Amino acid sequence: MTAKAAIRTEGERLFVHFLAAGAVPVEADILLPAETLLDLYGEDIRARAYVTQDPARGEMMLRPDFTVPVVQAHMAHGADPARYAYLGEVFRKQPRGSGRASEYLQVGYEVFDRTAPEAADAEVFALIADMLADLSLRPVTGDIGILMAAVRGLDTTEARKAALLRHVWRPLRFRGLLDRFAGRAPLPAARMALLERLRATSPALLIAEAGGFIGLRTPDEITARAEALVADAATPPLKATEAALLYDLLTLEAPAAAALTHLRGITPLLPAIAPAVDRFAARLEALAAHGIDVATLAFEASHGRTSLEYYDGFVFSFHGPEGMPPVASGGRYDALTRVLGAGASIPAVGGVIRPELALRLRGLA
Amino acid sequence: MIRIGVPSKGRLMQDTFDWFGARGVVMRRSGADREYSGVIEGLSGAVPVLLSAGEIPRDLAAGRIHLGVTGSDLVHEELGPGAPEVAELARLGFGQADLILAVPNVWIDVETVDDLDAAAAAFRTSHGHRLRIATKYHRLVRDFLQAQGVADYTLIDSLGATEGTVKNGTAEAIADITSSGETLRANHLRVLTDGLIHSSEAVLWASHTAEWSDADRAAMARLAVMLGVKGLA
Repeated sequence: MTAKAAIRTEGERLFVHFLAAGAVPVEADILLPAETLLDLYGEDIRARAYVTQDPARGEMMLRPDFTVPVVQAHMAHGADPARYAYLGEVFRKQPRGSGRASEYLQVGYEVFDRTAPEAADAEVFALIADMLADLSLRPVTGDIGILMAAVRGLDTTEARKAALLRHVWRPLRFRGLLDRFAGRAPLPAARMALLERLRATSPALLIAEAGGFIGLRTPDEITARAEALVADAATPPLKATEAALLYDLLTLEAPAAAALTHLRGITPLLPAIAPAVDRFAARLEALAAHGIDVATLAFEASHGRTSLEYYDGFVFSFHGPEGMPPVASGGRYDALTRVLGAGASIPAVGGVIRPELALRLRGLA
Repeated sequence: MIRIGVPSKGRLMQDTFDWFGARGVVMRRSGADREYSGVIEGLSGAVPVLLSAGEIPRDLAAGRIHLGVTGSDLVHEELGPGAPEVAELARLGFGQADLILAVPNVWIDVETVDDLDAAAAAFRTSHGHRLRIATKYHRLVRDFLQAQGVADYTLIDSLGATEGTVKNGTAEAIADITSSGETLRANHLRVLTDGLIHSSEAVLWASHTAEWSDADRAAMARLAVMLGVKGLA
C-alpha cells in the first residue's frame, strides 16, 4: 500500500469511530469563496491559504479548514442538536524549508448542542483522547473564555475592553494594549504630540488645516476618533490588582485541577470571571467522568491564541515529539456560529485528527 | 559562462553599468540599442543579460542567471526574506527607495501603525468593509502588518499610480515605494511615523540554484576580486 493510501485508510478508520460516536457524515467543498474566510481572518490568511481566481465566482480559496464550511452547512439547514464527522484534504502554505505538508487529510468531529456545553467539550476531548490512546501523546488544554471574561470584567471603559477583546487572538498586540492601559508602557512620542495638538486645537480646525480632503473616511469619523483619543488619555490606568490578575492569567500554566484551585482563589478579586470558572469546573468534572485524569492534564490559559483561530472557550491539542505539528486539536467556537449564522447562533465544539501523523508515530508511514 | 542579470533600462541600468565599470568590469549593450544583450570587456567567462528588474528575483531563484542586480524590495517581495535560493553579495549604494505606509493627511488622528489599526476597526464598523490599502508589495506589507497584529484591513492590488487610489476612492491608504515625499504631498498623503516597511537598495545577488561549473567558479573568483565583493560560499 502506498503511503497516501495507508493514510486514507487510517483516516477512514478514525472516521468510522466518529460515526460510531453518533456523528452524521458531512461533505464540504474544496473550493471555498475567499470572501468569507478573508472577512473572518483578515489578510493574514492569504499567507496560509491558497488563493485562486475564478472568472465567474471571483476569488476562491482551497479549503484551509473544515470548520467554516461545516458551520455554514449547519447554520443553513442543520438539525439541532447535531454531530458531524468529515474526512478530507486541507491545504495550507507552509514556511519555506519547514518540510511540513501543504496538503493533508483531516478527519474531524463537530458537536452543535445547546444543552450542556461543558459535557460536549469533554465528549469531544475524551473521544479523541481515546482514539489516540495508543500513541502516548501529550494533551494540552486551555480556555480562552476565562481570559475574555476577565477582560469584560475590568473596571475600565468599554472602548478599552473592546480593543483588548478584538486582539485576544493576537497575543503581541493584546500585550501591547494591556501594557499601555495598565500604565506599564509609556505613550509613543507621536501619540503624545498628537494629543497635545488635539488639546490645543479643535479637530475640525486641524482637518481644515490639513487641506485637500480625500478618502471615504468622513470628517465625523476622524473627529470621533480624535475625541476618543483625548478621552482615552484621560482614562485612569487599570487598577494595579486587576492588571496583575490579567498578567497572571496570561501566563497561568498548571495541571488543570491545580489551575482550577488557583482560579477559584483569584475569583473574589475579579468576580466577573466566576461564571467562566464555574464552566471550567463543570468541564473538569465532565472530563473526570470520562476517565481523564485532571490532576495531571496540562492547562495553559493562553493556549490557542493565534491569529488564525476562532476559538472562544475550551481549546485543546495533542502533541507528539518536538517539531511535529499537533496530531489533533480543537476547541469551542460559539462566536463563529454567530458570525456565520446571519443572526442565529449555537454553541459548538469540535476537533480534528491528522491521520498521517498518527500513522507516522506508529512507524507505519 | 556566468550570466549576470542586469536591469534592462533607465537609471538602474546605467547605475549598474557605472558600478561595474568603476571596478574595471565594463559592460555595454551589444548591437542595436533596442537589443537586450550585452558584452563585458576586461573579463572572460561572464556575460550580462539584460532583464526587467522585476523578473530578476525569479530568474535568480530558478537559476537561470548566476548573478543579478536588483532592488532588495523586489527580492524580498518575490522570494520572501531570507530566501535560501539567493545570497546577498554586496549592497551597491544606489537605487535607494523606501517602501512606506501612508494615509490621507486629513487623518489628523492617525500618526502610527497603532492608530491605523484602531481606525481600521472603526472604519469596518461604519462602512461595512475592511480598510483598503493599495499596494503592489503584498507580501512585504502583509508581513509588516501581521507582525504588529494589525487587523481589519485588506490589500488592494495597484500596479501603478498608487498614490492616486485614495483620491479616486478605490483605497483608504497606500503602501508604496517613494524616493521623495513630493508625490505623496501632492496627493494629500502622509507617511506614518513608524510606517517604514522596507528600506530598499540595489543589491548584487548570487543564485544558489544556478549551475556553477568549475570554469564559472574560477571566473566568479576573479570577478569577486575585481568587484571587491565576497565570493560564493
